[in-house]
Amino acid sequence: MDVRAQVSMVFHLDKCIGCHTCSVACKNIWTDRKGAEYMWWNNVETKPGTGYPTLWEDQEKYKGGWERQNGDLRLKLQNRAGGLANLFHNPHLPTIDDYYEPWTYRYGDLFTAPEGDDQPTARPISMIDGEPVDIEAGPNWDDDLSGSPIYAKNDPNFESITDEERRQLFELERLVFFYLPRICNHCVNPGCVAACPAGAIYKRGEDGIVLTSQEKCRAWRMCISGCPYKKVYFNWATGKSEKCILCYPRLETGQAPACFHSCVGRIRYLGVLLYDAERIEAAAKVTDAQLVEAQRAMILDPFDADVRAGARANGIPDAMLDAAQKSPVYRFVKTYQLALPLHAEFRTLPMLFYVPPLLPVVGARENGAYRVAADFFSSLESARVPIRYMAKLFAAGNEAEVIAVYRRLIAVRAYKRAEAVGDIAPEAISEALAEAGITPDEAEAIYHLTSMATFDERFVIPPLAREVNIEATLDPFTHKPHAGFGFNQSLDRE
Amino acid sequence: MLDLLLFAVFPYVAVVLAVVVGMYRYFNARFSYSSYSSQFLETRALFWGSVPWHYGIIVILLAHLLAALFPDAWAALIAEPGRLYALELVGLALGLLALVGMALLIARRLYNARIRSVTSLLDWVLLAVLLAQVALGVWVALFYRWGSAWYLSSITPWLRSLTVLQPQIDAVVVLPLVVKLHALGGFVIIALFPFTRLVHLIVFPLAYLWRAPQVVIWNRRAGDRRRG
Ligand code: SF4
Ligand code: SF4
Repeated sequence: MDVRAQVSMVFHLDKCIGCHTCSVACKNIWTDRKGAEYMWWNNVETKPGTGYPTLWEDQEKYKGGWERQNGDLRLKLQNRAGGLANLFHNPHLPTIDDYYEPWTYRYGDLFTAPEGDDQPTARPISMIDGEPVDIEAGPNWDDDLSGSPIYAKNDPNFESITDEERRQLFELERLVFFYLPRICNHCVNPGCVAACPAGAIYKRGEDGIVLTSQEKCRAWRMCISGCPYKKVYFNWATGKSEKCILCYPRLETGQAPACFHSCVGRIRYLGVLLYDAERIEAAAKVTDAQLVEAQRAMILDPFDADVRAGARANGIPDAMLDAAQKSPVYRFVKTYQLALPLHAEFRTLPMLFYVPPLLPVVGARENGAYRVAADFFSSLESARVPIRYMAKLFAAGNEAEVIAVYRRLIAVRAYKRAEAVGDIAPEAISEALAEAGITPDEAEAIYHLTSMATFDERFVIPPLAREVNIEATLDPFTHKPHAGFGFNQSLDRE
Repeated sequence: MLDLLLFAVFPYVAVVLAVVVGMYRYFNARFSYSSYSSQFLETRALFWGSVPWHYGIIVILLAHLLAALFPDAWAALIAEPGRLYALELVGLALGLLALVGMALLIARRLYNARIRSVTSLLDWVLLAVLLAQVALGVWVALFYRWGSAWYLSSITPWLRSLTVLQPQIDAVVVLPLVVKLHALGGFVIIALFPFTRLVHLIVFPLAYLWRAPQVVIWNRRAGDRRRG
């Protein structure tokens, strides 16, 4: 057993209101600089939809993540020699146009325009070359489907659904969407790390945060392709790749990551998971249907004495171990098994987990009684997005995993409704609980965790060890754009 | 006197610059040790420029090096006319490939506004020198045939004399002007190397071939090691 610790996040998707506060908080702190304008380390996309960068889930296009080949695991992008051979031109690299060209406006023209018959205008200009641009796409152009179903129609996850399902899904009255906030998953088997020829990207043992060393990065840009989530970004001005740093400088001072801290829906939970590094390869190699379970099995019980001893032997501090016992993430992922990894089939073992959204209409009132629709899991009449679609997103296609989560969520809802409104027969409740495999106490605990948890219950991370000491004498404004990169000097080119 | 300066002194200046500045930059401004790829801003033209350029120039450069390092083996290689012809032909073809690639790369930088905005003055200098150097090389290959043979009796001894710190320039000063310029160009590039993005050459990530796929760093352990 090789015990490592991981700072891990859970997103409760039913609570996300798609306000983008998280994205803006992140941008203001980290990517508010030249070369990083187009980067959204945290982005929130509308699902079904094509996402950011466009069609990022389509690995035939971007070649991210791993694939199984004769029982072996290999990067979809390249073998080692192939990686070096493609250094001069990476055939699968997304370009800035797959994201969007950042722009601003020539505001000065408003003041300097000569007197005339027309109102002066501020033309949009590219933030890269300063030339006028015709804006064709921008951040969250497809937000809320932008009033058009075309974004949803092109969602790569729809491959598996039938034409009939597709037709029904896009009937206007049924059209439904939800939000998917995404940051780097701080994977246990990261594709970005494996693809980087320079070995510049690394995972920290104590907390599992994946970082790019700005000094070792040589702009070989394979990581951008290697990450199936497209969460490594290329800074076009400095020529270095950058990614979400899980706000480690904030974590070092005991503060929550900016996206977490600002989350209006309080959908996020941050806690410690312990996992067995020896099982990584095996867990990443199982068949698609087993992926979620294999990853869950890799996560260790923080109350187990052997696990604690192993963790101590690896130098994981006691504060971390205590946090692991109180971890809300552990309860979501392991105890109640409510949270699932995003696109497990990419086989990077992502360490961020999502509680899949129930979406409205899961039950109906009939003759004054509340009924959980019996055919909820098989019929489109009640499930507005096919389970198959959710399974493609959150369980590598294994519908049973998603159904199990939904059963538990529905049972908890029914249980609390019976308590508060009293219109559901007790037998129906015990039946629902039994089917979901939870006790009334557990239902109560899940209710509390999902709905009532306070900040301190949602954020259980001890202050972390320092990565780099920031000089106290440094001017904070000079330092701000470089913070998190460990530089005391300006990052201008050459 | 000028010949002495150019062929006996300047090479040392260039190499010392490359080593000293190169090391200084590595230890004090490692952030700047990069290839500064611009593929993210433009990928299609880059493919047609960068791939021919790199593969052409790498093979040509290796041939220049091998002929200087192992002249006997090289002489044996070209002893048979058939092999000599083949070598010259392949050399010329690769040279042209590199030339066309470089011309394309320069055109791309000139005409694409995005790429222009990430190009520094030194980039332009470097590109111009590289283009000139490859053009001179192709010129030599075309009009001063059998370079793979006469290289051994002129350039190799000169380079070898430089490495043992006893510069012998007799063999080079009598060469045609174009060849002399080409020889000099090589050292100009070496002198430019530490100041430009050319440094990416020595950080070519060969270790990728054998390193473990995952990289895990424990801060605490690294800290313990630092503290001893
Ligand atoms: S999600 Fe993060 S850790 Fe995982 S492959 Fe992408 S960049 Fe790397
Ligand atoms: S701040 Fe929270 S609720 Fe708002 S979009 Fe982000 S994750 Fe969703």
